[in-house]
Amino acid sequence: MVLPLRILLDKVAGKSVLCLSVLIGSLLFLIVGGLYFKSLPILESHSFWDLISKSIWKPGKEQFGFLPYILSTVYITIISLTIAVPLCILCSVYLSEYASKRVKSFVTSLVDILAGIPSVIFGIWGIIMIVPFISDTLAPAFGQEDTTGYSILAGGLVLAIMVFPIVIHIMLEVLRTVPVELREASLSLGANKWETIKKVVLRKAAPGIIAAIVLGFSRAFGETLAVLMVVGNTALIPHSIFDAGYPLPALIANNYGEMMSIPLYDSALMFASFLLLVVILIFNVAARFFMMRVERRMS
Amino acid sequence: MQTSINEPMEKTGNASQHATLIQPLNGQSLNGVKTHISVRNLNISYGNSQILKNVSIDIPDKKITAIIGPSGCGKTTLLKTFNRLIESSDGIKIEGEVLVDGENIYGKNVEVTNMRKKMGLLSQRPMPLPMSIYDNIAYGMRIHGIRKKSILNERVTYYLKQASLWNEVKDRLHQPATKLSIGQQQRLCLARGLAVEPEIILGDEPTSALDPISSQRIEEKFVELKDQYTIVMVTHILRQARRIADYIVFMYLGEIVEHGPAHELLENPREEMTKEYVKGVIS
Ligand SMILES: Nc1ncnc2c1ncn2[C@@H]1O[C@H](COP(=O)(O)OP(=O)(O)OP(=O)(O)O)[C@@H](O)[C@H]1O
Ligand SMILES: [Mg+2]
Repeated sequence: MVLPLRILLDKVAGKSVLCLSVLIGSLLFLIVGGLYFKSLPILESHSFWDLISKSIWKPGKEQFGFLPYILSTVYITIISLTIAVPLCILCSVYLSEYASKRVKSFVTSLVDILAGIPSVIFGIWGIIMIVPFISDTLAPAFGQEDTTGYSILAGGLVLAIMVFPIVIHIMLEVLRTVPVELREASLSLGANKWETIKKVVLRKAAPGIIAAIVLGFSRAFGETLAVLMVVGNTALIPHSIFDAGYPLPALIANNYGEMMSIPLYDSALMFASFLLLVVILIFNVAARFFMMRVERRMS
Repeated sequence: MQTSINEPMEKTGNASQHATLIQPLNGQSLNGVKTHISVRNLNISYGNSQILKNVSIDIPDKKITAIIGPSGCGKTTLLKTFNRLIESSDGIKIEGEVLVDGENIYGKNVEVTNMRKKMGLLSQRPMPLPMSIYDNIAYGMRIHGIRKKSILNERVTYYLKQASLWNEVKDRLHQPATKLSIGQQQRLCLARGLAVEPEIILGDEPTSALDPISSQRIEEKFVELKDQYTIVMVTHILRQARRIADYIVFMYLGEIVEHGPAHELLENPREEMTKEYVKGVIS
């Protein structure tokens, strides 16, 4: 029996789409697996727990404590989230709910230009503007006189600014999907504009807003360069936001291909990549979990 | 606006000659029917296109008024001017007056939220708020300062019963409202609107997304509610207007062609255009 062509095509298409999806899905496992495999040498001589909980980094003496890197990464992310999330929400709410059409399209195009700026420019800008601002103005105001300004705060700020465009862009899209009639329903009950935004629009848009933040930051994790330029790159645990730090991506980018004569160094960097990936995955999974809870409660 | 008590009585004699039941610019119209909303020389335009052209109309108190007319003629626009929702559209220009209980709602000292609270709104697609069934009803009351749990509970129950929804949802008040069927959602929206104790119910084709049974329930509800509320509804369905409307306003291309008591306008329209629309020649 010969199958008609269109049925055959349909089957082939279905199968190949499935294959592609499986392939893409397995890519993640391949990367994680590959990195894990490559970091096996260091895991054989040091215990996993030691690696992530010790803070002394002396590769020459085979002391690999990743804690400063991990904490720097986490702190910088928290700082930039704290700065970026409220600003992005306020900005996109203003643009979608309050701004006139003209202001909206003007600012939106500015934001889009911002998205296209290479990260090295943000890094330079961080060095000439943010770093001096922190060392000369901000840190003294908090009683910290002897800082260079190269700090996790600077890194967090630069990161926040870099995620603005993409997060705002997605948030605007999300807010646009909230039906006008829903706003009208709330207004017609006598709610004012702000009550409507707070209790109805943002609630309806909450899952999408979280998704925007996750997407923005997943991308931002990779924007190593700009952060690396302003964060100080000191392998010590930062104790205040004005201290220098050394995030994982910077460790990898700064050192890969160098000092390969030191035994286990190569493997240590692979382990750093592995850790970075795990941190990002945890961030994503946590966000997804949070999103699901929000969705269940809202819709 | 003083009105002598016997003035309406005097005029009842020639009311039947006047096909227009409502006499403009008078707080009291003929037949002793009070006017609730009066629109005076209303002009609305988006940019260069004029949507409503010099509309003047009186909406009678505690009756069902149906606004009919072909698609795009400005029915929704007219309805939205009643509670000033029209203002939030970009690039809109509004001229003229809308008087509710004799007060121009476009006046300078009008507090919009208080004015809107007087009117419940039912939209074409039911729009439950993104929260539980209970919170949907309590939302408006909380906004207007009712916080006490016992009062809220009591009123939520009361208004759900008013909208004949109580029996279907009493066991799942705290589930998301979006889980309800479309017909239930529309009744929820009705209950939500009633809960802020309005005087007027506005409906923009409130049954167009519903199945026949659900539509019928909303219609029955409207007839029941008209003792207490002034109801204005836009409808595409002539038969619906025939079934429940007391007054009908027929619009065409942004103008009011004819308005009057339902039976008169439907059985015996004066204007050629209305005749054709009622016969189904234009739609
Ligand atoms: N935001 C807007 N900007 C520009 N024009 C608009 C806007 N909203 C409505 N219009 C125009 O105003 C006119 C009247 O629209 P309206 O929604 O009041 O019609 P309608 O009678 O309710 O139609 P339907 O029966 O299809 O709902 C239409 O020609 C429409 O194109
Ligand atoms: Mg309409």
